[in-house]
Amino acid sequence: MTRQIFASALFAGLAAGVLAALLQFAFVVPLLLEGELFETGARVHFAGADGVPQSVAGGVGLSAELGRHLGTLAMNLIAYTGFALVLVAGFALAQRAGHRVTPRSGLVWGLAGFVAVQLAPAAGLPPELPGTTATDLGLRQGWWALCVATTAAGLGLIAFGRGALALAGAVVLILLPHVVGAPHLDTYFGIAPPELSALFATRSLAVAAASWVVLGLVAATFWSRETP
Amino acid sequence: MTTHTIAQAQSDSGLLPIAFAALTGLFLVFAAGFSHASAMHDVAHDQRHAIAFPCH
Repeated sequence: MTRQIFASALFAGLAAGVLAALLQFAFVVPLLLEGELFETGARVHFAGADGVPQSVAGGVGLSAELGRHLGTLAMNLIAYTGFALVLVAGFALAQRAGHRVTPRSGLVWGLAGFVAVQLAPAAGLPPELPGTTATDLGLRQGWWALCVATTAAGLGLIAFGRGALALAGAVVLILLPHVVGAPHLDTYFGIAPPELSALFATRSLAVAAASWVVLGLVAATFWSRETP
Repeated sequence: MTTHTIAQAQSDSGLLPIAFAALTGLFLVFAAGFSHASAMHDVAHDQRHAIAFPCH
């Protein structure tokens, strides 16, 4: 059991971590580096001479910061291996309850992971470009953790619960963090062009969705091979 | 030992690796996404923004 859990999770974390990093280098990090031009003041968007917000579009690509990008790759491997271990622990619990995990169902597990860890928290705390001013970090981390936990529990109830009560409980759990509300400031401080912030947010989510689906697929493929 | 207690012992031993894996996973996610240590923050910076862990 231990070997099955850790082997599935490590292979899945490796595959999804590398994929996530490559997709981030292609689609997300260039936007992030462009955002830093506004964070540092190298570019200014909201100070046109005639009061019109304008600035040149176009980033600096990946620039030549190899060490920084290696750090991004390493931390993606760590984060996705962590996600994989929790996901595969879920496989093991499901199997104990008599639910077989197949590569096909692994796709759904991965999508559910994306919804719980990325999409639901993004509904309260959107992915942020560097330089975004936001409220207290501890408060936001606490809300993020609450949102991930309640969404995952709600999705678990939808998948494995029985009856109307389970469904009602799931709806309450999934809505709860959004009714409580994510911590926000009462002032807007954005310095980057809204177009850039929006593209960064949607691209981050799309890259995460692809990475989570691959995470679920690879983890479930290895898991089902080892299942007697 | 009765059949019941054997089954009980087996199911208990099955839960331990599951809990261990989940806790290890949560620890890794915490390190990658939440640790305030500044060295961790700097290395993890771009990944935290890309995965939308609350950062800064």
